[in-house]
Amino acid sequence: MDKYVCDVCGWEYDPAAGDPDTDVAPGTAFEDIPEDWVCPVCGAPKSEFSKVE
Amino acid sequence: MKPVEIKPDVFWVGAVDWVSRDFHGYSLSPMGTTYNAYLVKDEKITLFDTVKPEFQGEMLCRMAQVAKPEDIDYIVVNHLEPDHAGCLPQMIEMIQPEKVFCSPMGEKAMKAHFHYEGWPVEVVKTGDSINIGKRDIHFVETRMLHWPDSMVSYIPQDKLLVCNDAFGQNVATSQRFADEIDRAVLFHAMKEYYANIVLPFSPIVLKTLDLLAEMKLDVDMLAPDHGLIFRGEDVAYALNTYREFAEQKPKNKAVIAYDSMWHSTEKMALAIAEGLQEHGVDVKIMWLKANHHSAVMTEVIDAAAVIVGSPTHNNGIMPNVAKVLNYIKGLKPQNKIGAAFGSFGWSGESVKVITEWLESMSMELPADPVKVKHVPNHESLAKCVELGRIIGQAIQTKVG
Repeated sequence: MDKYVCDVCGWEYDPAAGDPDTDVAPGTAFEDIPEDWVCPVCGAPKSEFSKVE
Repeated sequence: MKPVEIKPDVFWVGAVDWVSRDFHGYSLSPMGTTYNAYLVKDEKITLFDTVKPEFQGEMLCRMAQVAKPEDIDYIVVNHLEPDHAGCLPQMIEMIQPEKVFCSPMGEKAMKAHFHYEGWPVEVVKTGDSINIGKRDIHFVETRMLHWPDSMVSYIPQDKLLVCNDAFGQNVATSQRFADEIDRAVLFHAMKEYYANIVLPFSPIVLKTLDLLAEMKLDVDMLAPDHGLIFRGEDVAYALNTYREFAEQKPKNKAVIAYDSMWHSTEKMALAIAEGLQEHGVDVKIMWLKANHHSAVMTEVIDAAAVIVGSPTHNNGIMPNVAKVLNYIKGLKPQNKIGAAFGSFGWSGESVKVITEWLESMSMELPADPVKVKHVPNHESLAKCVELGRIIGQAIQTKVG
């Protein structure tokens, strides 16, 4: 599973860790996060994230 | 208008705003503020940040006593907000700098603000450094403290951290150093600034404080872009104070924020305070027509409980109450107890609306809301006192 980075604030989503604070369980692929989820740091939508190459 | 030499060949060349009481359109600055810019005289003369555009003349007057604008080589842009970068187009035109440094997010923000062409911008990331002669400047990005572009600049030879909006305070003074003013005034200004600007980013503040500790930067001066400069032992004071704010440990304190039409909700507020005081709670009763939402927030930051009251108005809550709830929610306070109360004439929706707001901020709600038809009597005021007691007890459990 790929890591994704928020282009607005640089926060990185690691699927292994998930984001329990926003109810995203560890092991959740970025693609499987609900579409209305936003960056927990700056509030940017999912569309502002890029895959970490 | 003199520059102030804060370290050998490092000058404060900012401006003091004694007049403004409106900070960026959303918060009050009851003590005014300053916009701090710094000029370092070295082989490459370097300017750190600028000031709010209307204060450009004041900055130039101070700058010119240190160096001619055309002799300045570098501009470091730690933050793109207009109170710091607002003079950038004029300064670049006047100085014709060799380089303008900013963070990767700073470059994006710079383009979106100024739509420039041909500026000599050089992007620097965390870990990058430049040499300006006798000194090096190390850059550390501090994204979302408090904008994505924010960064700080460290000069090891001077043990100086030019820390941008971090550790700022809105206070206009003739002094430049924190140790020259009353400590209670300084603390209040730091708290007011943190509560209204930095609070939502508290988890990042804690991580950044840990990062700075890990980097073992030798710092004996913190030079923020607003307010007073911390030197010597005050550096640890500023860092510890920020850690305390960011940890959001509640105190034995409650804020009762309310509005009222015919004083019924006001009487309820006073009765709730009685119940809280039985448990020794420090109570701040804040009528929202007399207290700006930013003043409320400055009290909320270290309170254990936020108790909100509104009469029912047009099947909802009063405008000032909606405003303060919306404002508090945006600043993401953590670890609070909440409660709702209010009078009503016929339908009585206000306490439900307030409760939904408090739930949306994940507040603990240990007491049922109290609502009173038209005018409270002894019996209904006793229910308010009881609400205060329940919250007072919950606060004692929380603060231990």
